[in-house]
This record gives sequence, C-alpha cells and structure tokens, in this order.
Amino acid sequence: MTTLELKNLSRSYNGKPVIDDLTLSIAGGETLVLFGPSGAGKSVLLRLIAGVVEPDKGQILIGGRDVTADEPDQRGVGMAFQNFALFPHMSAFDNIASPLVAHRKTRDQIRAGVQAVAKLLKIDHVLSHAPKALSNGQKQRTALARALVGQPPILLLDDPLRNVDAKLRFEMRLELPRLLANRGATVIYVTQDYKEAMALGDRIAVLHEGCIAQLGTPEEIYLAPKSVSIARLFGDPTINLLDVTPKADPLGVFAEVSDRPLRIFGCDASVAGRECVLGLRPESIRFIGGDVKGAIPVEIEAETPLNEKTVTLALTRGKRELLISRPAGTPGPVSGTAHVAVDERAAMLFDRATGMRIGGETAASLAKGEAA
Amino acid sequence: MEHMSLTERILRGIALTLVVLFFMFPLFWIFLMSFQTNETILRIPPSLFFEPTLINYTSLITGELQTQAGSLKIEFMKNLGNSVLLSVCSVAVALVLGVPAAYAFARHKFRGSEDIAFTLLSFRFAPPLLVLLPLTIYFRQIGLDNTYIGLIWVYQLICLPLILWIVRGYFEDISPDIEYAYRIAGHSWFATFRKIALPLAGPGIAAAGLLAFIFAWNNFVFALVLASADKQPVTVGALAFVTASGIQYGQIAAAIVLSIAPTLALALYAQRYLVEGLSLGAVKG
Repeated sequence: MTTLELKNLSRSYNGKPVIDDLTLSIAGGETLVLFGPSGAGKSVLLRLIAGVVEPDKGQILIGGRDVTADEPDQRGVGMAFQNFALFPHMSAFDNIASPLVAHRKTRDQIRAGVQAVAKLLKIDHVLSHAPKALSNGQKQRTALARALVGQPPILLLDDPLRNVDAKLRFEMRLELPRLLANRGATVIYVTQDYKEAMALGDRIAVLHEGCIAQLGTPEEIYLAPKSVSIARLFGDPTINLLDVTPKADPLGVFAEVSDRPLRIFGCDASVAGRECVLGLRPESIRFIGGDVKGAIPVEIEAETPLNEKTVTLALTRGKRELLISRPAGTPGPVSGTAHVAVDERAAMLFDRATGMRIGGETAASLAKGEAA
Repeated sequence: MEHMSLTERILRGIALTLVVLFFMFPLFWIFLMSFQTNETILRIPPSLFFEPTLINYTSLITGELQTQAGSLKIEFMKNLGNSVLLSVCSVAVALVLGVPAAYAFARHKFRGSEDIAFTLLSFRFAPPLLVLLPLTIYFRQIGLDNTYIGLIWVYQLICLPLILWIVRGYFEDISPDIEYAYRIAGHSWFATFRKIALPLAGPGIAAAGLLAFIFAWNNFVFALVLASADKQPVTVGALAFVTASGIQYGQIAAAIVLSIAPTLALALYAQRYLVEGLSLGAVKG
C-alpha cells in the first residue's frame, strides 16, 4: 500500500494560479475523490502527480519518496484520461499492453496480463480492434485496462465516466469500487458528478480555485458542508438557500420561514441580527397534515416526479422558493396551501457575506451518529 | 448535389471544363510537342495531327542530338540524375533536421521559440537573387561552390521552412494526452516521439516531404548560379537546348515530360497517404 503526499504544491498558467499551495495526504489503498466544478484544477493536479506537468513549487511524495524531479515514466503511476487518449494507430491489445512493453515483460507475460485485465473489464472480445472501431464504453474500458494492467501502486482516474452513456456509467459506478478495492492501489478519482463522488470515495476532497475547500468522508461533506458553495455542489435537487436574519431569545436561536420561527442548533446568540443564509436539504422537509405546532405554511407551485422521488416546488409566505423532496409513491399535496415541518437538526446556517458555515456541530455529530 | 437544377449542372460542367482546360492544355500541348520534330512544331497553323516520332526521346537518352548544324552533345540524363540526387538528399536532410525541430516547436514553448520559427519561415520570403550574390562569394571562399553538398545546403532554404511549418501543424493536432498516456505507461520521451508522434504525424510528414521535393525539383536559380554544367539539375540543363543553331522545341518538350514524370509519379503514389485521416478516432468525437 503506497501513500501519496502533496506538499505546498503550486502551479500557475499565464500568471494565474491553478493549483495554489495545496497540501494533501492520501493513505495507502485509499480511494480519494477529487471533486469540483470545471476549471477548479482537478485535471492539472492529476497531471502534476503523474509528472507530465511540472509544479512551480512544492513536493510530491509517493510511498515517502520525493518524486518531484522524476520523469513520468519513473513514477509508477497509472492514469486513465477523460478523453481516453488511446493510441489511434495501435489495436486495443497493443494499447493495453503498452505499460507491460515499457517494463520489458516477455511476450507470454504481456499476453497473460492483457488477457486477464481485459476479461475483468469484459473487453477480451475486442482486443484486435483499432480504437476507432470501439464504442465509447469499450474505449473507456480499454483506457481503464491500460491504466490497471501494470498494477501501478498509484492510480489516477480523470473523470473516466464522463464520456460514456448513462447506463454504462451506472454499471461502472457499481463495479469500480470493487475493482479498485481488489487492486489495493491508492486511487485518486476525479469527477464532477456528486453521486459518483459519494459512491466511490473513501474520502472526498472538494477542490475550489486551486485549493482544497473541504476534505472529509462523503457523509461529512453532504451533511456538514463548510460553505454554501460546497453545499450547493452536493445533492439533487440542490439545497434550499434562504436569506434569513436569525433572532436569539433565551430558548435558542431562531430563523423565520413563512413568519414561523425555526430553531437553529449549534450556534450561539452572537449570530442574532447577522445576515445569514439558511440551508435546508429538500429531503429534510416533509409535508404534515395540518397547521400544528412548528408547521410552516407554503403555497404549492408545481410537482416534478423523478424516478425514485417526487420534488415539489413551493413558495413560502415571503414568496421564496422551497424545494421539497419525498419518496416516490408517497402522497402529497398537489396545489393550494400545505404545511411542512423541517428537520431542525439538519438545518444549516451560513454567513451571507463569506458563505462560510456558522457553528455546524450538529450536522457533523449527526453524521457520526449515523455512522455509529 | 441532387437539388441542383439542369442549368446549374450544365453551368457547373462548363466551369469545370474551362478550369481543367486552362491548367491542362499547356501540359497536353507539351506532351504532343515532345513527339514532333521542330518542323511540325513550328508550322503555321499548328495542327493536332502529325506523324509521331520518338527522335526527341532517343536523342535525350543517348545524349546525341542531330541537327542541321551537326551533332550536339547533351547532358540531359546527367542533369536528370543530378535533379534526383539533389532533391532526394535535400528533402532527406530537411526531414532529419526539420521534423524534430517541428516537434520541439509544437510541444515546447521555450523562450524565443516563436521568433526562431518565424525567422525560419522568413527564409521563404527573401527573394533568392538577393541571397545569391553574397552566397556565391562565400561559397567560393570556403570551396562549396559547384559541389553537391553546397547545393543541398542552399536547398535547405527551400525545404526546411516548408517541412518545419507543415509538420509542426500536424504535431500540434495530436492531443498531448495521447503522448502523456504513453509517457505515464513507462516509455521515455524519445520512444514517445518515435512510436506516437511520428506515426500519427506520418501523413503530414509525407505531404510536407512531397511538397518540399517538388519545390526542390523545380528550383532553377540556385543551381543556375551555384553549379556548373556537370552538377546542374534538369531545370537548368534544359537551357542547353537553346543552341546557336536554333531552339530545339521538340527536345525541350521531351525534357519537360521526362522531368515532370518523377514528381507526378511520386504525387500519384503518395496520394493515398496524403488523404489518410490524421486523428484516427482515438479521442472522443
């Protein structure tokens, strides 16, 4: 099991920093998902680790060894590219075999190695094809096979499911964790799809403008995002964000939604009067029968049935939009006025000016509570 | 094409015919002239019908030209050999130097790289006559005038910029990720250049080489000034047919046919490589 450490890594293009003083340490055998919007520097970071892009400053340590000055062929990493980057003039077999050829394996070893990994990825029947004769899914598997075949201790996967169809993406999302776990490799997996990130990562590093905005388990990131922008990246439908100015009284801190007080946990009276943003996950809101204590009245605007859930768009009394998600098939109001209750412990409060989370112990402890 | 009306098709046909006639007629006429004697060529009015003769070709190949004024020795076959030698060697040298340079310019943005590339291109802008006078003096001083090496060196002015700029574009079209993938697989940069960049830019290199060959083959002024009779290519050698006893039109025509034959054959042969697609579908899309 090989560890990977990045120390104070920086890289800029045309004077604009793309990776900015980034430090990250990944345990041996861990799968770390690098998540972030496009342009966040994910691909550049992978290229820095692979050695095809040189850092302006900082260090890269693989298994404790400083490889910053090493050429890419000496680092012992495998990489699958988002655009597959197959060698167009070679057959799928030769594509996959290239790492073995580079390490001067015998003809029999090469054949056995390629066959084994091709069988695993179900492409053994197209090995003689040229890349242009392969479907996108087969290209993607060929690229993956090429990264895996040399059994590199470090595996870099640059959004490998980006260019494949939805069905295959779903299948691979199920298959990949098993495949990667069996290899025992340390994996960095880049993606822009939060579902993929949550499904594959032991930990997720959210990259934002060349820095790691948050590093944690998928649960931590989902339930206790450090900032509004991270909260917005995870979850479908996206989190409800309402501008509020909390009030404090001896009972606790309250924010007003539809003129009704909503208790906020995990922060003290100092937030009273501050301009804040209230974050409510759509699934933490549920419809209730009537105007009971703690209920929030809303106007139903529209309903969107998704496959496994139904999303309702409602308006609060202040005409602010609120998305409410419930499992498909459960009854809910389709028009008029309805009442909802909010899981107050899942509500998050962010500072409106900085976007940073205020307090925030509750969700973190909630995540730990769920894991236990 | 199917939506085209009859008139459009007719007009299109006429336009195409005119273009083809415009470009092909001189070649066709020269081809006919090469099978005629000076008398039939010069008769008025000219006619498409004549008694074909192979005398022009035989005299070119044997090197003996019989005229009214007597026998004249011509060096045409030697000139043809010179043309082949000069063009092949020039293109070979230009490929050996130009392809790695093109790769460097395409992949590595070093200080002044654009300036150097542009300077090389500017060799194509300079009028050859401007360069020739000082060059003749220098070549005489260092003993390179009237040598094959000297000529091949000067021909780099024609071939090198052409190959450099065309091949550079082809290298730039190759996704760097493909090369990165090969490096990461564990290959050295030189193996990557040889096994990935060269084969993928192959059609482009072939096209550039062919073009450079044609330009080198057609060059006239460098060889005229820098070489004497025994080193001259066909373009200059054809001047020998302008003799004191008259211009040998038949021989000139035959010499032209013989001298465009190799480039034509090469172009036809290389055509299928030239039209071959560059990126063979490895990258998405």
